[in-house]
Amino acid sequence: MSNVFIAFQANEESRPIVEAILADNPDAVAVESPGMVKIDAPGQLTIRRQTIEELTGARFDLQQLHVTLITLSGHIDEDDDQFTLSWKH
Amino acid sequence: MDTPTLKKKLGLKERYAAMTRGLGWETTYQPMDKVFPYDRYEGIKIHDWDKWVDPFRLTMDAYWKYQGEKEKKLYAVIDAFTQNNAFLGVTDARYINALKLFLQGVTPLEYLAHRGFAHVGRHFTGEGARVACQMQSIDELRHYQTETHALSTYNKFFNGLHHSNHWFDRVWYLSVPKSFFEDAYSSGPFEFLTAVSFSFEYVLTNLLFVPFMSGAAYNGDMSTVTFGFSAQSDESRHMTLGIECIKFMLEQDPGNVPIVQGWIDKWFWRGYRLLTLVAMMMDYMQPKRVMSWREAWEMYAEQNGGALFKDLARYGIREPKGWKDACEGKDHISHQAWATFYSFNAAAPFHTWMPQDDEMAWLSAKYPESFDTLYRPRFEYWREQADKGNRFYVKTLPMLCQTCQVPMLFTEPGDATKIGARESTYLGNKFHFCSDHCKGIFDHEPQKYVQAWLPVHQIYQGNCFKPGVDPTAEGFDPLAAVLDYYEVEPGRDAMDFEGSEDQKNFAAWRGQATRN
Repeated sequence: MSNVFIAFQANEESRPIVEAILADNPDAVAVESPGMVKIDAPGQLTIRRQTIEELTGARFDLQQLHVTLITLSGHIDEDDDQFTLSWKH
Repeated sequence: MDTPTLKKKLGLKERYAAMTRGLGWETTYQPMDKVFPYDRYEGIKIHDWDKWVDPFRLTMDAYWKYQGEKEKKLYAVIDAFTQNNAFLGVTDARYINALKLFLQGVTPLEYLAHRGFAHVGRHFTGEGARVACQMQSIDELRHYQTETHALSTYNKFFNGLHHSNHWFDRVWYLSVPKSFFEDAYSSGPFEFLTAVSFSFEYVLTNLLFVPFMSGAAYNGDMSTVTFGFSAQSDESRHMTLGIECIKFMLEQDPGNVPIVQGWIDKWFWRGYRLLTLVAMMMDYMQPKRVMSWREAWEMYAEQNGGALFKDLARYGIREPKGWKDACEGKDHISHQAWATFYSFNAAAPFHTWMPQDDEMAWLSAKYPESFDTLYRPRFEYWREQADKGNRFYVKTLPMLCQTCQVPMLFTEPGDATKIGARESTYLGNKFHFCSDHCKGIFDHEPQKYVQAWLPVHQIYQGNCFKPGVDPTAEGFDPLAAVLDYYEVEPGRDAMDFEGSEDQKNFAAWRGQATRN
């Protein structure tokens, strides 16, 4: 199965998102480069709103991802509670 | 008493449907084909536009909200950078030449993309596609502006940043990006999306905005890394549009498959040739390096692009024709391009140099199969000559490829000691190409590419001198006349970094910043 990936600017706004991804996707690996962090995962990667909200104690709208998102690969499936990247159909 | 119940807010999917569907209508005063003359003539068949879905489901209201937030963050950084003269913190002044090339060759493309997407956003009949293209059109204008603003602080202190729009229409190597985009936006709307959104943005743009921008961070250039990542966050949406467009065309009609495959073959290769400039920027122009062009190619093209084409195989799409040659080129193109710019640097408004010892060692380590055998000996010889005061500049003009317009500097697949060259004859004239793939693109649409504005031909035809210049006058110096037409000052904007005004100024200012 091919990898999917998502990368964020490395800052305080993206930190809970990255932590939530690593908590929810045990196979995901974060690689840090100057100014950014890229997360690779085999086949699929899911971002859950609830996990982020539990980490920060604040409400989070998944579309806030756009503010610190750098790039991604895979097909996107997004609704109000989760954002999934995968190569599945 | 009744307690008023709040109406439940629409979910993301319903909101998207409400904001993008039913916005179009069938025209009655004029036939649809007259109002939308371009969305059928390429032969792409669409049966149901409602199948078009933006996977991000971004609606205009959310778009403005998040773009506004991005802008505020970006301009706070740009202000802080400018206010604190933070350009003095970059690794060394050679780095700024990568920014010159960016402003000259990439930023004007953002503006052309803005126009291109405004055009196709008007001409599709499906509303979902139109909304996505309109957002992208605004994004591209934003990129043009933010890049100009972010780099303007450098323009106050360094040469070669003051005249990029003028140069874009005239200077020889800038016809490479310019002709790429003119080729794209003079094609039909579906080809344009395949060219820009899919082949360029999805398959290749990560190579420009991710490792190069991370490299900017590594070189202490906070302003550039911030505009780069801010732009790239829009690119993720653009990439999504690109893959959505491809899937949509392929799912709508089996007859679309061969047309789309042809466009993928063409535009992958066009984009790959264009990125030669980026390869050179990464390997030679960033004093501190995050990763080599070869590593970036493996990560973003081979792995990510490979996954993509594996996925598209179920539609009958294969990897682009030039794929294998492009993968072979990862060991060579950055070195070949840098050698060319070093040689022609009398006519290019940024500075070049030969790598220092530690940089040569880095290149050897990153390119074990090519650098020491093919490129190091040449570069060491040139450095030796420069040290003896024999820095040379080529004063003749190179042969250009009729399709990509890059000077014929690339080597044959399988033999990196032999310059690649191909020919075609059309209407009794002979045309030259750098590769099988550029020749193939020409042969498919010769009537388009014979019109190419090739800078070298234009110079020889006398079209690149200022009015009143007499090329028959005694002692006429054609290079000086062309530079005058370009409005490039040879000693200031062009030629070697060693001894340049940029080098002296940066050293003096940095000295002032650390001593009293």
